[in-house]
Amino acid sequence: MPEIPQIDNLWEFFRENSAAIGPQLQLIIWGLGILCVDFLIPAQKKGRGAIYALGGLFMASIHLYWFWGISPGPAFYNMVTLDFFARYFNLLFLAAAFLTVIMSYRYLDIEDEQHTEYYALILFATAGMMFMAGAIDLVSLFVGLELMSISTYVLVGFLRSQKRSNEAAMKYFLLGAFSTGIILYGMSLLYGLSGSTNLNEIGRQIVGLENNTLLVLSLFMMMAGLCFKIAAVPFHMWVPDAYEGAPTSITAFMSVAVKAAAFSIFFRIFYLAFGDVREIYIFALAVIAMVTMTWGNVAALTQDNVKRLLAYSSISHAGFVLMGLVAGTDFGVTASAIYLLAYTFMNLGAWSVVILLRRQDIPGETLEDFNGLYFKHPAIAVLMLIFFLSLAGIPPLAGFIAKYFVFAAVLEVALSSGEAHSSLMVWVAVVGALNVVVSVYYYFRIVVSMFIRKDYLPAPLSFSAGLVVVLVITGLFTVLIGIYPEPFISLARAASLSLT
Amino acid sequence: MEVFLFYTLAAILVVFAIFTVTARNPVRSALYLVSALLGMAGLFFLLKAEFVGAVQILVYVGGIMVLFLFVIMLVSVREVQGERRANRQWKTAVVLATVLSVELIFFVVGGADVFRTEAVKQGVITQIQTANTQNVGQMLYTNYLLPFEIASILLLVAMIGAVVLARKEL
Repeated sequence: MPEIPQIDNLWEFFRENSAAIGPQLQLIIWGLGILCVDFLIPAQKKGRGAIYALGGLFMASIHLYWFWGISPGPAFYNMVTLDFFARYFNLLFLAAAFLTVIMSYRYLDIEDEQHTEYYALILFATAGMMFMAGAIDLVSLFVGLELMSISTYVLVGFLRSQKRSNEAAMKYFLLGAFSTGIILYGMSLLYGLSGSTNLNEIGRQIVGLENNTLLVLSLFMMMAGLCFKIAAVPFHMWVPDAYEGAPTSITAFMSVAVKAAAFSIFFRIFYLAFGDVREIYIFALAVIAMVTMTWGNVAALTQDNVKRLLAYSSISHAGFVLMGLVAGTDFGVTASAIYLLAYTFMNLGAWSVVILLRRQDIPGETLEDFNGLYFKHPAIAVLMLIFFLSLAGIPPLAGFIAKYFVFAAVLEVALSSGEAHSSLMVWVAVVGALNVVVSVYYYFRIVVSMFIRKDYLPAPLSFSAGLVVVLVITGLFTVLIGIYPEPFISLARAASLSLT
Repeated sequence: MEVFLFYTLAAILVVFAIFTVTARNPVRSALYLVSALLGMAGLFFLLKAEFVGAVQILVYVGGIMVLFLFVIMLVSVREVQGERRANRQWKTAVVLATVLSVELIFFVVGGADVFRTEAVKQGVITQIQTANTQNVGQMLYTNYLLPFEIASILLLVAMIGAVVLARKEL
């Protein structure tokens, strides 16, 4: 049992430690603020919550900017840190939450579910993600995970009048709670083995326990639970239903931010704590990566609902991000991090086009709804084409850089001398390359609808200033990361190097 | 004395657990579960983990079971009574039960040595402290202060979520 410390002066203690949780604190305070001022806002103007949420996200970004170069070390007795890895992911979460809030405003008006709680929950979910990315202890990691998960369960079921949304929330909640239980069981076994909840300490203690049955058991339990959160096959069953039923803005948020947050703890646990016992899980992880890529792509081929199609595509992208972890090097983590950043922008862009098509009385989700978009709104169609080209990994866009890096990371390990798993790595790379080809097909089914079919639905698109801003920002970054990736690469590199 | 207490409590736990799954009436089933959980709490006390034991009683017996009973009494019990004992999920249940039994047997055979790794031998976990509850309290407000506070936000979010999803008009 570790020494029990004493806190003599609570204020001093808080002042010394709070820097590491600054952005989270801002988000939580603003989230609580939104709930408090809710009763002052007249019922027709609940959308004002979006403005407060943007305020909170802005203040959190300011906080992150202040401490960008300082790097507040481990705080609150080694519970949480704000190292470069955490800051990189915080930046990603803030960007995703920012874009989600802007694109939600009009969407909730159309769905007639404009409530301030929605925006507060997004802030809380983002704060939870930040706790996850910064956690260096199993306990803080777990509460962060739960804070994010519970907020998202509610957001998925936010369209209460729609049966689909209720069903999605129910499924997501039950399976999510189940997977959380599995993760927690794995954690408790790990604590029993290592006598500590601190990730660094665990990493030290489990060296030499490669053959311990309990370690293997706890490792695979945590892997299974985390694979559920990142939507990897065979734990992906909830994804299409949850993504289809959830409000489209929340689907977008889930597919980028929630996934990235789950990946951030995946890296912390499996790269940092379990890095030395890689032999146990490397094969399973490689198989999961390959199956995830393939199954996501194959299932996406036959989808006629664009929300489901993008849901399956997001499953396959999780497989590609896992490739970086399979490589298991600094470079691999860099590759995964840059993949997640690129994916954030290109995927949010694609989803915001889907929101744009959600018109009064038209769900805007089937392939037919995209018919002839090019002839009526060429700019939107070209933007969507850019997002899809990027998602498929075609140069010179962000998705190409992302895919290039994960392949390079895996092949680097495969070609290095003395590597025991080089044939496994080659297999992963080959399967990944084949999947890139497959994915082009289903993205281009939508492109064909947009550019060749001519039976355009006459109802006007639901344009709003916010959506245009989102489209411009995401489009810009998708192109920018593709043609000038250096600054983003150096960010991701610094993030992976700080992960020690 | 300890051995006698252990076997008594263990018997209570096992017998009532079996009653819980075999009882036809859900209300009775819930009440049996209360008794089983009380037996479990007794076992925790016997292990000198009085905090966990007390929490077991307060949270499970006091809170969660009362909630269970409320739900059972609000939904109609008659329909449930008429159903078959084994429903479609029995295959999943068999698989899960097998996995858990294998694990249980592993722990029983291995005994306390299962967790006696190098880390423990080196004295990371030195000894079971006597003042259990006091230690838990101190740890909670020092080492684990941050997760403790995040948990309060977590509960608030859960509450808001329940209100948002359940209210007719917002």
